[in-house]
Amino acid sequence: MATKVLICLYGNEVSPRFDLTREVLIAVIDKNTAVQKEREVVLPHASVEMLCNLILTEEIQVVICGGIEEEYYQYLKWKNVKVLDSVIGDCKTVLQRIAQGRLNSGDILVE
Amino acid sequence: MPDEINLDSLPNEMGALDLPAALPVIIDELPLGIVAMDCERRVVLLNRSMEALTGFDRKESRAIACRHIIRGDFCMEKCPVLSMSHGSGMMCVEGNIINRERQKIPVRVTFIPIRDSHDRLIGYFETFEDIRTLGALAGKTSESYTFGQLVGRSLQMEQLYRFLPMIAQSDSSVLLTGETGTGKDLVAEAIHQESSRAKGPFIKVNCGALPATLLESELFGHQKGAFTGAVENKPGRFRLAHNGTLFLAEIGDLPLLLQVKLLTFLDDRVVHPLGSTKGLPCNVRVIAATHRNLEQMVREGTFREDLLFRLNVVRMQVPTLRERRDDIQLLLDHFLRNFVAKFKKPIKGFSANALHILLVYDYPGNVRELKNIVEYASNVCQENQILAEHLPVYLTHPIPPEQSTLQAPVWMATPPTLPEENRDDTNRADMERKFLIDAILKTREEKKEDLEWPAVERKMILDAVVKAQGRRNRAATVLGWSRSKLYRKMLQYGIET
Repeated sequence: MATKVLICLYGNEVSPRFDLTREVLIAVIDKNTAVQKEREVVLPHASVEMLCNLILTEEIQVVICGGIEEEYYQYLKWKNVKVLDSVIGDCKTVLQRIAQGRLNSGDILVE
Repeated sequence: MPDEINLDSLPNEMGALDLPAALPVIIDELPLGIVAMDCERRVVLLNRSMEALTGFDRKESRAIACRHIIRGDFCMEKCPVLSMSHGSGMMCVEGNIINRERQKIPVRVTFIPIRDSHDRLIGYFETFEDIRTLGALAGKTSESYTFGQLVGRSLQMEQLYRFLPMIAQSDSSVLLTGETGTGKDLVAEAIHQESSRAKGPFIKVNCGALPATLLESELFGHQKGAFTGAVENKPGRFRLAHNGTLFLAEIGDLPLLLQVKLLTFLDDRVVHPLGSTKGLPCNVRVIAATHRNLEQMVREGTFREDLLFRLNVVRMQVPTLRERRDDIQLLLDHFLRNFVAKFKKPIKGFSANALHILLVYDYPGNVRELKNIVEYASNVCQENQILAEHLPVYLTHPIPPEQSTLQAPVWMATPPTLPEENRDDTNRADMERKFLIDAILKTREEKKEDLEWPAVERKMILDAVVKAQGRRNRAATVLGWSRSKLYRKMLQYGIET
């Protein structure tokens, strides 16, 4: 079954802050651990409500970000969205790791 | 642990930030969060407080871009380090970080560039102060009717307290106006203390205190040899206030020549010291204050209109004490408490008579005058209560208007302009004040040695009753009392009508 993933971006890295993210990457990973399709969405301004709304309307299953407040973490968890927070690394590496099912909260993927 | 941080093993490309081996041990003991970074803004070292604050340990955070470890809002918008120009000193900002425990923590951050002996940038130090407790304290102080060093619980002061934090958070120039003695300098300091520049310097300059030539050198500095006697470089107050606030008191007294120079600074934020060929960038917030009417000065041609427009970004009128009479009692108690502690006197408070005189006085010199009166009385008083005789003589024996050097004599001070609905109350209060003081003076003229309040009060009642032609209701109105209070007092003094 395919998994829909959202990565909060800051340039080509995972955004250090969920609430101040202005750009996200939405990817679909199929059951063969291949990234099927990707698209970037630029938010008009940093808004945590807008971002949560996007996550729910896009039916995202996994969110990858840096720092996130407990309030939003719990909210997304309650909405059955898995949040992998405190992830440090560039988007490409992170996407590979999530596709391989080897990404966890707190992972630092810097050489 | 010092053995966990082998600074020598850091790769060369991380920059030449070579920290002394003892440094990690020393900074571990400090209660502030500290991060050392190379010039590429990658973490070299975290101290123990910073580990606790962020939740990242020093080993895993080493060589990682600081934004991923600190996770501050300031990292996301525009890294303050990038806006630090060459030659600029430390910089202080307020913001918040999100730690690994998913807590958002308000912090005050100070950025300090590190340079080697050849003035090359080799890295940065950042200190992080958790200001959650400060926020809680600020809440408590506002409950006790103070803001910084300002004291008051009147409506005007409450409005001021609400307005001040908003102004403090912005970085705009502020123009404070208000009569002398209203506390404009305290307002300026409160703005500075509440702002993100609080860790920076607060420099005060009185523009009226120095002649124009000296003032120029004082404000903008000079180069060695710029004029006779300039034996060394002087940074000037603007440079001293870098990353902080410069408070220009009595801006109305600033000579026209310097007004142009100040205007130039406000436009491009560059200081040109006397005799220097190049300008020096300076990050300073300017707060100006005056008791003069700048608009009128503009009309008279003694103040530049463009400077007024430049300064007039945020304008605040500090209320006079006459406009906030409710605060007089609070201020009297506040200053008495301070002076009693300072002079180590056993004074417990004011007598009813002294308090009455102090409450009805108009204070043309505002809070400063009230403070001076309390200081005088605390010095003179040898008993455990301040009596009317301990007050300055001009309060108890007012100087006739023609001899008075004060702005307005006690009972003739112009009442503040109030909305129509409040005017009746003001007139009544004025009438009451005038009547009370008349009564005091009359009593003194008739029987100078009798300074006891009961006698004065009895005489006041009799005068009021005579004036009201025996009608108690009217007499009570004249005295500003309720009918029942008048009845009770009449009974007390054995007065019958």
